[in-house]
Amino acid sequence: MAAVGLYNYWIVVFLMMAGFYIVIAHDNLVKKIVGLNVFQASMFILYITFGKVQGGTAPIIAEGITTYSNPLPHVLILTAIVVGVATTALGLALVVRINEAYGTIEDDEIHVQDEES
Amino acid sequence: MDSYLVLRVVAKLLMPFILIYGLYVQFHGDFGPGGGFQAGVIFASGFILYALIFGLKNANRVLPRGILRFGIALGVLLFAGVGVYNLLVSGKYLDYSVMAQNSVHGQHLGIFLVELGVGITVASVMIVVFFTFAGHRQAEGDD
Amino acid sequence: MYAVVMLGSIYSLMAAAIFVILDAVDVAFTEAAVGAGISTILGLGTIALTTGEEKKPSHTKILPLVVVCLTGAALVYGTLDLAHYGDPNAPAQQHVGPDYLKEAPIKTGIPNVVTAILASYRGYDTLGEVTVIFTAGVGVILLLGNWRNLGRRREEDDG
Repeated sequence: MAAVGLYNYWIVVFLMMAGFYIVIAHDNLVKKIVGLNVFQASMFILYITFGKVQGGTAPIIAEGITTYSNPLPHVLILTAIVVGVATTALGLALVVRINEAYGTIEDDEIHVQDEES
Repeated sequence: MDSYLVLRVVAKLLMPFILIYGLYVQFHGDFGPGGGFQAGVIFASGFILYALIFGLKNANRVLPRGILRFGIALGVLLFAGVGVYNLLVSGKYLDYSVMAQNSVHGQHLGIFLVELGVGITVASVMIVVFFTFAGHRQAEGDD
Repeated sequence: MYAVVMLGSIYSLMAAAIFVILDAVDVAFTEAAVGAGISTILGLGTIALTTGEEKKPSHTKILPLVVVCLTGAALVYGTLDLAHYGDPNAPAQQHVGPDYLKEAPIKTGIPNVVTAILASYRGYDTLGEVTVIFTAGVGVILLLGNWRNLGRRREEDDG
């Protein structure tokens, strides 16, 4: 009976582990950044499910509605999403520069070139 | 060229609606979903659409680099400036209640200015990042 | 690689749909605009500026798989104590959230409580966030700004 109330956390854990696997198992730098985005989005879903109230609506005050979802996680995640896109933009700019400096964006080839020099 | 005609006409028709929708989301953020960040991104996507269809050179003529870089700083300055003004008037940083006679009106004005600052900075940064990515030329080779 | 960026964009769009179901309309708006819009176009720009192909993997991926499974099992064990989904008596719904819902329309007069909290109650965090975006913009200009061609850029006319 715990499964009925906890399945949302297990879905989030699955998505989180999928993103984690992409980051540590692939060598391509752009794939790593996309995996980081998957990881971040799963964390956002986790926080938003914390704030959901059964039978509530969006936290915009309107006539005749008594139950609202908790607005505090929404505020935190709004900031986190925008910080995430700023990090992604900087990360992708760094990938472009790495490609110019090393000629490749595969992690092991960059490592080899670093060890040779 | 004819195959691009549809793209150019549709882009020219859509762009004013996208920009007006961005402004709507910005100023209607108090009564529905919206606010500074969403409006900034939607506003930027209008100009990104223009740059995709009509080329980076024309887009640089519409929005010169100087205006964009000024816009990046202007939003942060507006936000921090509102805070400093509140600090000078009442002694508390970012306390909007003292911006007008009525406390609720002060909150309205403070939130309006702050969201405007956020929207300006986010739109300018998104446009600048796209133009920089698109205009970057590698040392050898093209594209 | 093109498929990777597109799949990431579809994933962001699905996450935005999930946010709408979970009553987070502001968050869904932002995630759809930012995740499915800006991240996708930056990823495509990066693929255009670097290579569009990827190498075949050189080593088998048993160790990452084992690490991921162990971490996943530990996390699932950790979630057994959490509150059930949508529970109105969860600790997350107790302290500050209901107070904001009661006070924000009276003190600020704005129906959208999320905007009121973002701009007024938690204004410092929003100031920090705008500074982060500013820094990211400055960083991208510094990294990719064609600084070497500064003198020649005025005469070159390229689309």
